[in-house]
Amino acid sequence: MALDKFGIAKRIAKELKDGMYVNLGIGIPTLVANYIPQDITVVFQSENGILGMGPYPEEAAIDADLINAGKETVTVINGGAFFDSAESFGMIRAGKIDLTVLGAMEVSDQGDIANWKIPGKMVKGMGGAMDLVASAKNIIVAMMHTNPKGESKLLPKCSLPLTGVGCVKKVVTELAVLTITPNGFQLLERAPGVSVEEIIAKTAGKLIVPDFVPEMVIE
Amino acid sequence: MNKVFKDAIEATADIKNGAIIMLGGFGLNGIPENCIAALVKHNVCELTCISNNAGVDDFGLGLLLQTKQIKKMISSYVGENALFEKQLLSGELEVDLVPQGTLATSIQMAAMGIPAYFTPAGYGTEIAIGKEVREFDGKMYLMEKAIHADFAIVKAWKGDKAGNLVFRKATRNFSTSMAKAGNITIAEVEHLVEPGEIDPDEVDVAGVYIHRIFQGSNYEKRIERRTTKI
Repeated sequence: MALDKFGIAKRIAKELKDGMYVNLGIGIPTLVANYIPQDITVVFQSENGILGMGPYPEEAAIDADLINAGKETVTVINGGAFFDSAESFGMIRAGKIDLTVLGAMEVSDQGDIANWKIPGKMVKGMGGAMDLVASAKNIIVAMMHTNPKGESKLLPKCSLPLTGVGCVKKVVTELAVLTITPNGFQLLERAPGVSVEEIIAKTAGKLIVPDFVPEMVIE
Repeated sequence: MNKVFKDAIEATADIKNGAIIMLGGFGLNGIPENCIAALVKHNVCELTCISNNAGVDDFGLGLLLQTKQIKKMISSYVGENALFEKQLLSGELEVDLVPQGTLATSIQMAAMGIPAYFTPAGYGTEIAIGKEVREFDGKMYLMEKAIHADFAIVKAWKGDKAGNLVFRKATRNFSTSMAKAGNITIAEVEHLVEPGEIDPDEVDVAGVYIHRIFQGSNYEKRIERRTTKI
């Protein structure tokens, strides 16, 4: 069965390793913070200027001066730090952030990503996405395999304006885990009960399918 | 030397039509509420506003959009404001969308007296059009220029009469860089204190950058997304 958004977040959480500094985007990526394995410590960065971002506050502890990049009220953990946005993006550019997880409208089999603009419709702006994808050491995209019309979001070439080129390393969808290779998407894992045929049918970009594709292990 | 002004009305009185203004804050976090209200009262028009976001419909820079005082916005994300969308589509409003890190760094470069720099953000995308591209150590970069403004307007938690500022929590955001970058910088503070009451070790923005400072009042500190522990 295909995963729901929580399942996608759980699978991505397995990519986290002890000691990582991680930036999570808005949407499914934010959920990843709920599934960090108990035996490891990761530190979350919020690009407006927080390192050591903690969970949402208790009602009584809400502080208007403390929000994350999604404009949500948050807390800061012991050992956290505040700084300005210029320094925050310095951290990102200089490779201090180990992993970025973000959503996408389209990903190409060359690792290009589009997630900020649909021409003719509202342009909300790229926020920090262009900076993050151009600089993070490791970028994982969390998204659905197809759009609401049923069309593949894993393409030979993005049709929407790009956010970055050749930057995505891995994609986790409700159906599959795929890595980007010089020869296109490589299928690494399939969601429990999802067939390789379904993934092939819903992937428009070049797809390398090994003889054996294991099922994702999600607790 | 006197930097202390009575209030926002007085501190912003000489901002003229067509001025280029940087406004600190991220979303509604740490925005200069008093000065935005004063700009509405002064009814200065044709403004170019440099700010990461454009407020919401009825708060922050949204107030200046309601009154159609803004000609152009330079921002990274403007998705929270329906009025903005309407004015953009009708052509009343001009918008330059800039990646957030590029916006922050271009302001910081102005503060440091550096005219231009190279960043990888936006390489290969439509924002690279017309920009110089250069390769360093096998990676491609765009040349971006410093962003200057006639006025920078920021809100700090605490400030002394010499202009030294201290910020609280995530409100540093764009504000500390903007405070250092304005040709004239106006700071509104929640607590205005005497020189000596702020430990020099704790200063976020040194007084040299601040030209005007005043004790702010009636802060609403509106929260855009009130999220609590489930």
